[in-house]
Amino acid sequence: MITLALYIWLVPLLAFGIQIFFGKRLPRKGDWVSVGAIGISFFLTLIMFVRMLLNYSPDYAVHASVPWINVGTFKIAMGIYLDNLAITMAMAVTTVSFVVHIYSIGYMEGDPRYSRFFAYLSLFSFSMLGLIFFDNLFGIFMMWELVGLCSYLLIGFYFEKKSASDAGKKAFITNRVGDWGFLIGLLIVFTTLGTFTITDIHTLVAQGKLTGGLLTAAGILLFAGAVGKSAQFPLHVWLPDAMEGPTPVSALIHAATMVAAGVYLMARISFMLSFDAMLVVAYIGGFTAFFAATIAITQNDIKRVLAYSTISQLGYMIMAIGVGAYQAGFFHLVTHAMFKAGLFLGSGSVIHAMHHAMHKTGVEEDPNDIRLMGGFRHKMPITYYTFLIFSLALSGIPFFSGFLSKDAILGGTLAFAMAQSNPIHYLLPTFGFLAAIITAFYMFRLIIKTFFGEPKRPDLYEHIHESPKVMTGPLITLATLSIWIFFTLPSISPFGSENSWYYHLVKKPESAVSVQLGHPVLEIPEHIEHSAHVNGMMISIIFALTGILLAYMFYYWKKWDVEAFTNKIRPLYDLSYHKYYIDEIYNATLVRGLLLWNNILAWFDAHIIDGLVNGAAFVTRHVSRLSGIFDLGFVDGLVNAVADLTRDTGQLLRKVQTGQLQFYIFGALAGLVLIIIGTLM
Amino acid sequence: MNTLMPYLIIGAIVFTLGIFTIIYKKNAVGILMGVELVLNSVNINFIAFAKFVDKGINGQVVAIFIIILAAAEAAIALAIILNIYRTKATVDVTELNEMKN
Repeated sequence: MITLALYIWLVPLLAFGIQIFFGKRLPRKGDWVSVGAIGISFFLTLIMFVRMLLNYSPDYAVHASVPWINVGTFKIAMGIYLDNLAITMAMAVTTVSFVVHIYSIGYMEGDPRYSRFFAYLSLFSFSMLGLIFFDNLFGIFMMWELVGLCSYLLIGFYFEKKSASDAGKKAFITNRVGDWGFLIGLLIVFTTLGTFTITDIHTLVAQGKLTGGLLTAAGILLFAGAVGKSAQFPLHVWLPDAMEGPTPVSALIHAATMVAAGVYLMARISFMLSFDAMLVVAYIGGFTAFFAATIAITQNDIKRVLAYSTISQLGYMIMAIGVGAYQAGFFHLVTHAMFKAGLFLGSGSVIHAMHHAMHKTGVEEDPNDIRLMGGFRHKMPITYYTFLIFSLALSGIPFFSGFLSKDAILGGTLAFAMAQSNPIHYLLPTFGFLAAIITAFYMFRLIIKTFFGEPKRPDLYEHIHESPKVMTGPLITLATLSIWIFFTLPSISPFGSENSWYYHLVKKPESAVSVQLGHPVLEIPEHIEHSAHVNGMMISIIFALTGILLAYMFYYWKKWDVEAFTNKIRPLYDLSYHKYYIDEIYNATLVRGLLLWNNILAWFDAHIIDGLVNGAAFVTRHVSRLSGIFDLGFVDGLVNAVADLTRDTGQLLRKVQTGQLQFYIFGALAGLVLIIIGTLM
Repeated sequence: MNTLMPYLIIGAIVFTLGIFTIIYKKNAVGILMGVELVLNSVNINFIAFAKFVDKGINGQVVAIFIIILAAAEAAIALAIILNIYRTKATVDVTELNEMKN
């Protein structure tokens, strides 16, 4: 299994290497390299997945690790940990990645950076799979940063467009804020426990090596990373802008896989969340689910509606982890990956058609604008029907996968609220159910505006046509995977997944935070869980249908006038339309504040620091001048004096050297006489 | 005349005369004569020491060597002086200062 995982992981990296260096020179610009690589990964993952199903054991886990850094007492091990959670996640990721690769062949056709696009997709697949397979938080962090890099590269793929390159930077910087928390969380874990390996952390936390406020802080800080990556409030601002990237990227990275990495991380570390940390997680998730849904209602850009919908659904997953409905949260991740990727690919198909129509007619307008669409269901039947299936799944209608997971989350949230003594916690299910109505409403608003009614722009409508098979194929695949049956087997009941393979295999890990260590613990009695589940299911079906009904009333049957209604609630409408002015607030406070602070620092640098440096230079120069005088006058004087003395003495003494032999003999004789006299005396 | 002292005194006187001749004479031929005197005073000493102290013939042998040496030396020196005279028309040693400076 480990070898299999290594192949699954490294084949896309190889493809990336080939693509980035030789992509342009390969036939078909090398798209078959990347598609082939992810295809291999997909089939190997399928083998792994089938083996897991054949094994059918909730405790199944394979773990292998090697020492990576080993310096004195500082030890980090790197390894691969495969349990049912990781394999299920890998299956979802490779499936979506594979269909998105195939779809991209059609969507990106003729792009000048075609090969580079596939190279990035391969790099992303590699990083994402590494994130899933690594057994330690440090490895996950490295891959976490790599997927962030891929996201940045792909959002800014059309970097000639200023909005695209800005969006890339925004995504990167916003994520950095979350990663800052993640990193501090990692440091807390490592300094207190001395290991990054998740299984070891579990053991050590259960032994009480990390307790109290520090444990809560570690949980919340690690969650901060997930807030950034999974675009939770208040760091959600990057995801809608990330829609500047090509649509397959939005489907793969910004809907199905990378943004779900935060949820995956939370699932991995959920055992170490203290009760307080879980409350924070649940409330941020719940609030985001509701908050983002309200923004999605008023947006007119087809991809932005889906982006806010993604944020909202990620909020659901995070909330589920927070209320202890671990299985439901991760379940929603998997089902959501399928239908949300499908929605994005469907919207990509529409945009592709719009783009071509605009190209033909010479109209220069935003191809994403739903106000220019309408009636497309006759022109693009496959896109329409698949889009409808995805929307039904997202709205939580029975017979589709989304219903199973969303219903489980809402039931879990309700059970959590019922088990708490404080009634304030009913806020969480309220957020959840309200978001469910709104979700159904905005999805059907989108469908009605895009596919029903009269064409708003007949000139464009003329040229709209269905996308090629390479694009509709992935849509049909994903639509099939949004049917309930795949997620309820071996049971075939469309109303519940309790008996499914998923609930059998992916079990909530035993929490390492126990009462013995002095923590309040989340306990939900079984009967509450059961009644909450039944009630939750009823309410969620009713609410979803209500949402759809409302959308039909407003936009299809036009029983109620949309204009009049928006005018009546104008302030609320504006608030939603302008996304609660969050971007403006960030610009006015954080960005402006940062710039001001930068200016202060620049001034400080230019005047104080440079002044200090210049002062030091000034002092040095003058000291040097003094030193120079001393050197020239005194030291050189001394040396010259010695030389002069020697010369003068020589001048004197050379007079003795007359050259007269007789004088020398006389000298010698006189010396001899002197010696003799001296000796005698 | 059977004591050493008179010979030594005679030798010393001749040596002194020879040295002073060398020192004071400006004429190169005169200096050469002084050298002969010095050599002969040494001869007197050798023979006197041979007769009274050594009681052998070693001293006489050395004296004969010196006489031969002196003859050779005189011949070479006179040849040099003659050549100097030919080129410079003088034998005054104070004038022979071409290598000075």
